[in-house]
Amino acid sequence: MSRKFFIPIGPYHPLQEEPELFKLYCEGEIVKDIKWETGYNHRGIEKLSESKTYDQVFFLVERICGICSTSHPFAFANAVEEICRIEIPDRAKYIRSIIGELERIHSHLLWVGLAGHFLGYNTVFMWAWKYREPVLDLFEMITGNRNSYAMFKIGGVRRDIEGAKIPTIRRVLSELKKKTDLLTGAVMDDPVIHARTKGVGILTKQDIMDFGAVGPTARASGVAIDVRKNDPYAAYPLVNWKVITAEEGDVFAKAQVRLLEMYESISIIEQCLDGLLKEKEGQTEIKVKNIPEGIGTGRAEAPRGEVFHCVFSDGSNSPVRHKIRAPSYVNIATFKKSCIGQSISDATISLAAVDPCYCCTERMAVAYDLHTGEKIMNGADIIKASAEKTREIMTKTK
Amino acid sequence: MTAESIIKGLSERFGSDISDTVKRNEKRYVVTINPGSLLKVAEYLYKEAQCRFIIATALHTKRGFEIHYHFSKDETGLVLNVHVILSHENPRIESLSNMFNASNWIEREMHELFGIDFLNHPNQEKLISEGNWAEGVYPYRKEFKQTIK
Repeated sequence: MSRKFFIPIGPYHPLQEEPELFKLYCEGEIVKDIKWETGYNHRGIEKLSESKTYDQVFFLVERICGICSTSHPFAFANAVEEICRIEIPDRAKYIRSIIGELERIHSHLLWVGLAGHFLGYNTVFMWAWKYREPVLDLFEMITGNRNSYAMFKIGGVRRDIEGAKIPTIRRVLSELKKKTDLLTGAVMDDPVIHARTKGVGILTKQDIMDFGAVGPTARASGVAIDVRKNDPYAAYPLVNWKVITAEEGDVFAKAQVRLLEMYESISIIEQCLDGLLKEKEGQTEIKVKNIPEGIGTGRAEAPRGEVFHCVFSDGSNSPVRHKIRAPSYVNIATFKKSCIGQSISDATISLAAVDPCYCCTERMAVAYDLHTGEKIMNGADIIKASAEKTREIMTKTK
Repeated sequence: MTAESIIKGLSERFGSDISDTVKRNEKRYVVTINPGSLLKVAEYLYKEAQCRFIIATALHTKRGFEIHYHFSKDETGLVLNVHVILSHENPRIESLSNMFNASNWIEREMHELFGIDFLNHPNQEKLISEGNWAEGVYPYRKEFKQTIK
């Protein structure tokens, strides 16, 4: 029997960063409407999860996102442990929080670098990614992997952090603090970055409620929501830290929130390391024999905001239904508010400001003429336009 | 507003529309309502109780199509699941997208994967598989077989 194939090639070159399309409809320089297409990389993970056992699902959901790879296992563990009604040992809680916070630091550094690149500041890009490397080395030391750490399991964690590793972690963190000071100073005091990001891509509190936006996107608009505080899990209720917010809701506020959050993350990790020293080594899990019937809703604060997992169990060894909502799913939708009415060069940074993660839900934007429907710019042109605007401001301020 | 006062408010106002309330723990409730009352329940939660819409989960079970609308009251850590059951034959329910944008994409996704109709949705187009998936085939329904020949 002959079979028919449908082989999709494109619409994007496989070497583009990620497969997703924004269509910007413009009138001259101004963005009038924005449309979004996705699904080019839909992997059917929710459906696939139904065919895996609970232990296997951890490895599956870890592969949803490469940058915040631990946030999904975190939320899934919270959901399943809620169904089982179990409390994990304190040592496992500390280790979970350390992994979660290290991930936040490296993700925020990655974003600062990319934001710099979009603005035409490639030095910021080089710096931020260089400072991120030691964090990835720490991950390799603790978990054996630079990414996709495979640390989580139902009832605890797979590996312990031995006492001998703690001084190295502390040393890397203290060096990182100095680098963060440098980077924060470079971003906060630069008049050109102020000119490019202040008053751009503003989201109001009402927009945040309307779109259900979460994470730094919401906190930069004065909405102090953070799952770590609101619905505490792991070691977050055991340590002292504060939720960072800003009122303006523009791109600058989002950068500010992320940079200041890195200090909080460093402080949380240091307190967790103190906590680890008080606990006996090796007590990292409790045995779970079976998963009872029920509904579990697990949440975790990923670098981009709240990750939500809802697991329905019928008492068998795999979930009946597993719903996953990554933070970018709600954050990306705010483009409708933040980009319309802006110039094309400002739209780039407004798009980047929510730290969109498309594996979770291409950094590709195409500008079309509103009336003729003609394509006037592609993604690379838009980034170029943005960099040129920064250079113009630089020459004027000199 | 505390978790209890929100649940109490729901039962006082919509007592006749609520068929079941399950408290799983201090911060997790599942409230099963009559599908016809979804709009007014959602309006109460969003506008009066100032809850945030997280997402909705659809399931295909023996009882029909079930949707859990997850609302969060962030200050208290409450996650409230508003649960509706729709028939096998004619799964349709009012859309919430005219009240808030947060439900726009997930309703399109549920329409595409389960074949549930959302009435008065502003733009019920396919979200994930635009243009390259057969009409009337819903991969998340239980009768859908993953066959590779």
